[in-house]
Amino acid sequence: MIRYLEKIGSNIIMILEDLGRMGSFLALGLGGVFKRPFRFSAMIRQVRLIGADSFWVIFFVAGFTGMVLGLQGYYTLRKFGSEGALGSAVSLSLLRELGPVLTALMVTGRAGSAMCAEIGIMRNSEQLDALECMAIDPFRYLITPKFLATLISVPILTLFFNVVGIFGGYLAGCGLLGVNPGAYWAGMEQSVVNQDINMGIIKSFVFALLIVWICTGRGYFVHVIRGAGFGAEGVSKVTTQAVVLSSVAILVWDYLLTAILL
Amino acid sequence: MSQVVIQFKNVVKAFGQQTILDHVDLTISSGKTTVIAGPSGQGKSVTMKLILGLLRPDSGRILVDGQDITVMRAKALNEVRTKFGVLFQGAALLDSLNVFANVALPLEERTKLGGEEIRARVLATLAQLGLTGHEEKYPAQLSGGMKKRVGLARALMLQPEIMLFDEPTTGLDPENSLEIYKLFLETQKKFGYTSIIVSHDIPKIFNLADQVILVNKGKFSTFASPEDIQLSKLPEIQAFVQYTMGKVYLSREME
Repeated sequence: MIRYLEKIGSNIIMILEDLGRMGSFLALGLGGVFKRPFRFSAMIRQVRLIGADSFWVIFFVAGFTGMVLGLQGYYTLRKFGSEGALGSAVSLSLLRELGPVLTALMVTGRAGSAMCAEIGIMRNSEQLDALECMAIDPFRYLITPKFLATLISVPILTLFFNVVGIFGGYLAGCGLLGVNPGAYWAGMEQSVVNQDINMGIIKSFVFALLIVWICTGRGYFVHVIRGAGFGAEGVSKVTTQAVVLSSVAILVWDYLLTAILL
Repeated sequence: MSQVVIQFKNVVKAFGQQTILDHVDLTISSGKTTVIAGPSGQGKSVTMKLILGLLRPDSGRILVDGQDITVMRAKALNEVRTKFGVLFQGAALLDSLNVFANVALPLEERTKLGGEEIRARVLATLAQLGLTGHEEKYPAQLSGGMKKRVGLARALMLQPEIMLFDEPTTGLDPENSLEIYKLFLETQKKFGYTSIIVSHDIPKIFNLADQVILVNKGKFSTFASPEDIQLSKLPEIQAFVQYTMGKVYLSREME
């Protein structure tokens, strides 16, 4: 019995320690913005890696998501004789939910995992220790540019996703299934309001913060995460953990934000 | 008499249930070479990380130039760290930067020097360490010995007062090991730094030492020379001597 209680206590302490570490990591990551000299060129390089290099992935995912929405929406709306509302259904689904969520999940898989593995390898090969020994703040030098780049890239990618997705829905609905193009665009124009666009943008900022915080944080603490193991195995485990945690956090926060913002 | 640059006072460090350093004291004097040796997993690297402020002790004080680094905030600790240069076991070069960028990094980040001045200094240091022509290579394209030399060049860029060498010859063949020792002697002569060497390369490494610290079961035993170690009456030191230094004089004669 005592051993059982000890195990529960030990797990609670481990979780609290982890939360404390990750909390201070978030504060230091964001606080790096105020430290000089600011590494603008490093941030631009990260915007390219996280944002620009995700262009084609987002393009194809958004295009086909929009097309599937167009197909499903058409056959569902046809049952009620409301094919004209297709533009409205596609655009609202994308702007409020699918755009921010799918973009965030794509960025997590593509760039989040890469960031986690990069930082984890740097930790294991003492590169982060070397930076500290040279009195170079690893947050200012390495982590903060990734924070800012993700916060810039994800909302832009989300907007791009929405645009491509809406055209994907148009292609499937109007190009292949014969919905009136005028009705498609008019439906969208009538139903979409600023609040829908704002909701998507707010979500994309929150998701971006979750991705970069969890992914870089897990890599940074690879050496102290209990059960992660050491060396390459440790990095591989925390990378998997970071992607799973980020994805779950995105979906949980999606629900919370929808409940708050609707 | 030399000035004391690093002092441990009653330092304790444990990880979970395992006590790594158990109420240890240490004094390192300016301009001298201290070798920290001992069996693996006994706290040599922990000692180095404590000196650098990368780890904090559970109790006790660590003084660098008289300042207690155990109670310092990050900014003050960073100032103290500018006194140090470190050559890591695996060199710890940033693998996304080439040789030039790695060596230039401390100057770019810690000084206000212009691009031309940085370039001139980096190229001069690389030439001194026999690395001319390798500026554009990335760490993955370098041999173990070259990585160590680049790591040494980077560590020396800010002309540190104290150099720490973590297993400087581990993984190197005898020729490259000798090369690293030569560079160590040359650079110490030139820059006059205090050096702390954590090494397994016993007994060769003792030839460089002014002071030897053996770490065993959480305790430090300090010796003024390799001979003192051999003459020690302590059973655990005798066992260590028998295991590692049985032929110390023979080794010297062979050299």
